[in-house]
Amino acid sequence: MPETIRIKVNGVAVDVPEHTNVAAAVTRAGHVHFRRSVTGQPRGPLCGMGICFECRVTIDGQPHRRSCQVLCRPGMEIQTDDA
Amino acid sequence: MSVPTCQVAVLGAGIVGAACARALAQADFQVVIIDPNPIGSGATAAGMGHILLIDDSPAQFALTQNSRQQWNDLAPELPDDCEFVKCGTLWLAADEDELDEVRRKEERFRAAGVAAEVLDTRQLAAAEPNLRAGLLGAFFIPDDRVIYPPCAARWMIEEAQRHGTQLRTGVSAIEVTGKEVRLSDGSRISVEFTVHATGCGTAKMLPGVPIRPRKGHLIITDRYPGFVRHALLELGYIKKAHGTDTDSVSCVVHPRRTGQVLVGSSRQFDAESKDVDPRMLARVVARATEFLPGLTRLSGIRAWTGFRAATPDGLPLIGPYPELPGLYLATGHEGHGITTSLGTAELIVDHLTGRTPRLPLEPYLPARFSGVPAHA
Ligand SMILES: Cc1cc2nc3c(=O)[nH]c(=O)nc-3n(C[C@H](O)[C@H](O)[C@H](O)COP(=O)(O)OP(=O)(O)OC[C@H]3O[C@@H](n4cnc5c(N)ncnc54)[C@H](O)[C@@H]3O)c2cc1C
Ligand code: FES
Repeated sequence: MPETIRIKVNGVAVDVPEHTNVAAAVTRAGHVHFRRSVTGQPRGPLCGMGICFECRVTIDGQPHRRSCQVLCRPGMEIQTDDA
Repeated sequence: MSVPTCQVAVLGAGIVGAACARALAQADFQVVIIDPNPIGSGATAAGMGHILLIDDSPAQFALTQNSRQQWNDLAPELPDDCEFVKCGTLWLAADEDELDEVRRKEERFRAAGVAAEVLDTRQLAAAEPNLRAGLLGAFFIPDDRVIYPPCAARWMIEEAQRHGTQLRTGVSAIEVTGKEVRLSDGSRISVEFTVHATGCGTAKMLPGVPIRPRKGHLIITDRYPGFVRHALLELGYIKKAHGTDTDSVSCVVHPRRTGQVLVGSSRQFDAESKDVDPRMLARVVARATEFLPGLTRLSGIRAWTGFRAATPDGLPLIGPYPELPGLYLATGHEGHGITTSLGTAELIVDHLTGRTPRLPLEPYLPARFSGVPAHA
């Protein structure tokens, strides 16, 4: 059994299995829209492999991180654009 | 065959040609502006768009002061997509020599009556929290700005068109003979004056005009609003901009209105390819990172290059081309042509009308170089 770690998505605590990537965790927290495009359209993960940049979120204060490429760490704070 | 007549043909629809066309049209000249490419797609699309004062020679200081004043007067009229932002400039001093240069700048600006301020280490850190610790200070010029140049060029040409200017893109000028300009589509235009605002293209049409293309690399990041607040330049920049033939990089970083961070730049002669050279780009980023360590955490989304039209003395070529009556040059603006486009346009109108100039004409005359035929 993988261990569970606790992160925060838009300030709300979420428990996810270890080795979960941030995109999966944000989805698990109930979000479909990760960010807004320049013209304000909602966007979310598309390729899941670091190419399309549609899944960007702010992780621990650092904007534009590709959530599909980052693994959750205990205490991580994630913000989507609609937060 | 009848040949259409226009009083002035402006060759080149970069920012310099656009500014000349606008000023000439406003002075009631009948103007045609010609470019094989879309408006502002040469150096004008590649440049950084810093509207700044340069005080490395009295002539450059005079030209940039005149030009910056004209830009700032235009601020209320410029369309929103020109992204004109009054961010000011910070010239960064990293060592004692550069701090001495800050003091010399302070004297020159005070003598000229231009607003500027010296910041110490602490004030600089407060002004730009992402700069590395330990810089000695900075020279702050509050009224400098940044702009998005291709949109400004387009707007100037629209202004010229409102005053009757004709725009002809998709054709190039292939020959200028006295009172006639011959175009690549075989047509001819009969003119009284021709203004060569062809940037790096000038030397191809007029051999002997001392212009060498000088390549620069730039990279822009995703949107990180507030990462830098002013246009930042290291004080070593001017030495390198003038310096020798060797390749150089200096830290030049601008905030864009979009929140993007524009990072430059390099200077290279004899680099013919437009391609981004990854080693040169890496040097540009490494230099900027020495000043802004946090840059490594930002993602760059696009890199490109452009060519500056460099002259031997760093000043543009503005005025009559002595060998051919009726032909005027407005070219050779190296790394400052966005700024100095407006002063250049004023000088061209001075030459063509014979009115009393506000700026001295001599320092910019093409005839100062022996390569250019010297008699009038
Ligand atoms: C990396 C870099 C950074 C820069 N940063 C700044 C900055 O921060 N601030 C600043 O003030 N300046 C800056 N500059 C300089 C500035 O971009 C140029 O000085 C300026 O754009 C020159 O404008 P131009 O109209 O003379 O040339 P261009 O924009 O190159 O226009 C020349 C035009 O002439 C046309 N042409 C060529 N041959 C012919 C022909 N035979 N017939 C008709 N048309 C012809 C071309 O198609 C072109 O459109 C920078 C430049 C570079 C490369
Ligand atoms: S989903 Fe495409 S980069 Fe993350």
